[in-house]
Amino acid sequence: MITYSKPPHPREHRLIFKNVDRQGWDTSIDCYLQDGGYEDLKKALGMEPKDITGEVKKSGLRGRGGAGFPTGMKWTFIPPNNTKPVYLICNCDESEPGTFKDRYIVHQDPHQLIEGMVISCFAVGAKIAYIYVREEFPQAAEILEKAIEDAREKNFVGKNVQGSGFDVEIYVHRGAGAYICGEETGLIESLEGKRPYPRIKPPYFPAALGLYMCPTIVNNVESLCHVKHIIRMGGDEYAKLGVPRNTGTRIIGVSGDVKKPGYFEIEVGKLTMRELLYELCGGPKDGREFKAVIPGGSSSKILRCDETFKIKGPDGSERSLDFMDIPLDFDTLAACGSMAGSGGVIVMDDSRKMSWVLNNLNSFYAHESCGQCTPCREGSMWMKKISDRIVDGDASPEDVETLESVAYQIDGKTVCAFGEASSWPVEAIIAKFREELVAETDPKNAEKPHNAESAAQRKFLAGESA
Amino acid sequence: MSVSPLQDSIASHETPGTKFFPPFEMTPELEAEIDERITHYPDSKRSATLPLLHIIQHKFGYLSAKSIEWVAKKLELEPIKVLEVVTFYPGFRQSAPGKFHIRVCRTLSCAMGGSGELMDRICELTGIDRSQSDSHHHPIAVSPCGRFSVEFAECLASCGTAPVCLVNDDFHEGVTAEKAEELLGKYKEEN
Ligand SMILES: Cc1cc2nc3c(=O)[nH]c(=O)nc-3n(C[C@H](O)[C@H](O)[C@H](O)COP(=O)(O)O)c2cc1C
Ligand code: SF4
Ligand code: FES
Repeated sequence: MITYSKPPHPREHRLIFKNVDRQGWDTSIDCYLQDGGYEDLKKALGMEPKDITGEVKKSGLRGRGGAGFPTGMKWTFIPPNNTKPVYLICNCDESEPGTFKDRYIVHQDPHQLIEGMVISCFAVGAKIAYIYVREEFPQAAEILEKAIEDAREKNFVGKNVQGSGFDVEIYVHRGAGAYICGEETGLIESLEGKRPYPRIKPPYFPAALGLYMCPTIVNNVESLCHVKHIIRMGGDEYAKLGVPRNTGTRIIGVSGDVKKPGYFEIEVGKLTMRELLYELCGGPKDGREFKAVIPGGSSSKILRCDETFKIKGPDGSERSLDFMDIPLDFDTLAACGSMAGSGGVIVMDDSRKMSWVLNNLNSFYAHESCGQCTPCREGSMWMKKISDRIVDGDASPEDVETLESVAYQIDGKTVCAFGEASSWPVEAIIAKFREELVAETDPKNAEKPHNAESAAQRKFLAGESA
Repeated sequence: MSVSPLQDSIASHETPGTKFFPPFEMTPELEAEIDERITHYPDSKRSATLPLLHIIQHKFGYLSAKSIEWVAKKLELEPIKVLEVVTFYPGFRQSAPGKFHIRVCRTLSCAMGGSGELMDRICELTGIDRSQSDSHHHPIAVSPCGRFSVEFAECLASCGTAPVCLVNDDFHEGVTAEKAEELLGKYKEEN
C-alpha cells in the first residue's frame, strides 16, 4: 500500500508521479531498487534497440516539453547511415512560466529519470547523455549527480551496463538562468559553451545536426520518464491510457486563482476543464468567478472562460464546445486555437485586469529574448513599452492597435519559436479582451509625449526654450 | 594602462557585499575539481565554460576579469569567448552580491500571489534601494551592510506554491510579504 503525504486526487492516474509525496520515499538507489527500480532497464537491454523505438512509437507518446511531437518518430529521424556519435539530451530547463512538473521528478525521483534515459540511450545508440538542468535548481543538480554516481556503482550507468556490452555515461550540465536555453537548439549552443542563440531549422534539426553537429535527441524530463513505463507495459497497453492520438498520462500544473492550486497526473483527454478547475482545484476563490485561462504555459493562447468554440472533428463535421467542456488533450486545445504545451494551466479570476496580465508576460519575453533576430528583440521590447503605457493609464486606443500590429510582425518571422511564444499571448489577449484594454485608454493620451526626450523636443519645436 | 585588456572592459565594481567573498585565487583543490569537471565533456573542452564559471562564482561570489581570463586560458579560448557567455546569462554576475542573495520570482503566477509586495517588504526590512535597478543591466541591489541582496527572477517553476524565492541555494515557497521577516530571520543569526 502506498501512502502519500499529499494524497493524489481520486481522478488522478499516477505513473510518473507515483513516488512524488510518497511516504517513506527518498532519492536513494536502495529505495528505488526495493520498489522494483531498474527492472525495466534490464528488460529493455534484452530487446533490440529498434524494437524499443517501435514500442515507443506504438505507445503514441507525444513530447511533454511543449510541442507535443511524437517521441518515437523523433527518434527515427537520426540519419539511417549515420557514422557520427549520437547524443541524448534531457531537457530539464523547465522555464516556461506556469510549468512546474519536472521539478518534482528531479527532486524526488531522480532514478526514474535515469532509468528512462538509459533505456532511451540504448534505443537511439547514444553513449553520452547530458541532463541540462536550469541553474535555479541547485539542489536538483546535486541530487541527480549523486543518483548517477550510485547508478554507476550498481552498473546501471557506465561501461557494459548489466553485462549487455552497452556503454553509457550521463552528465549533469547546469544552465545559467536564461529561458531560451529551453529551446532545443539554444540549449545545444549553451551546452557547447556558447551564448544560447538558437539555430535555424532547417537545416539544424538536432536529430541530424545537433550537439557538435552530430545527431542528438532532445527530450523533456517527463517524456523520458514515460519511456520506462512504455517498456514495462508495452506500447499497446500504454496506448490504452488516455484517448486516441492523445495517449498516456500527463502532469498538469495549475496555478493562479483557484482554491487549490497544484499538480495532477491525469490520463490525457479524460478530464474536462470544468472537472480540472472545479473538482481537482476546488473552484474559484470565494466570491470570485473564473475569467480566463492560459492552458499550456505562458506561450499558449489565452482562453476566455465564457467562450464557445466551433471545432471540426476528424470527419469534417463541425460542433460547438464550451470552454468548460474542453477535454485536456493535445488536439482539442489546438482546435480551440491554443495548445496543451507544457501542461502549465494559469487561471485568472474576475479580479484581474488583462492589461496587467499582458504587461507581466511582455516583461518576461522582453527580458528573455536572446536578441539574435530583429523582430523578436525589438518587438518584444516595444510590446512591453506599449503595455507599460496601458497599465500606467498613458495609452491611447491606437496603442492597442499598434501593439497588435507589432505582435503580428514577430509571429512567423524569427529564427526560433520564441517569436510565437512572445507574440501569441499578445495576439490572443487583444483578440479576446480588446474592449477591456481599450477602455483603459484615452484618445487624449495620443497627444502626450511619451518620454522626457519627446517632451523636450516638443517644447523646442513649439519655440519654447528647452 | 592596466595589466589586462579585459580589466578595462569589464563591469566589476566594489559593492557592500564584496567583503564577504575571498578574492579570486586558484588553489590545487579547486583546480582538481575543475579538471574533473572538464572530463565530463570528452568531445569538446569549450563545453566546460558554464560549469567552470559556476564553480568559480560559487566560491568567489562573482566573476572578476582575472577569473574570466583564468577560465579562458584553462579552456584554450580567447577571453572574449568567456566574457560573452558571462555577459549573456542572467545567472552570471560581475560584481559581488550580498552574502545572502535573494531571488524573488516576478512572473505571472507569483505576481498574482503577491511577489511584488514580497520584494517591497524585503527591501524595507533590509534597507535595500532598488530605485537604480533595471532588469537588464543592473538587476541586483545590495543592502548597505552587504548581508543581503535582491534580484527579480523569472518563473522558478513552482507556480503552484506562489510566491516563491531562492536565497542562495535554498528554495522557499509560499512566501507572502507577511512571511518576509521570518524568511530573513533564518539568515540573520547564521554567520
Ligand atoms: C522558447 C522555448 C522554450 C522552451 N522551453 C522548454 C523547456 O523549458 N523545457 C522543455 O522540455 N522544452 C522546452 N521547449 C521545447 C524544446 O525546444 C523541445 O521541443 C523539447 O525539449 C523536446 O522534448 P519533447 O519532445 O520530449 O517534448 C522550449 C521551446 C521554445 C521554443
Ligand atoms: S526568435 Fe527571439 S529568442 Fe528566438 S532566435 Fe530570434 S531573437 Fe532569439
Ligand atoms: S511564476 Fe513564480 S514560480 Fe512560476
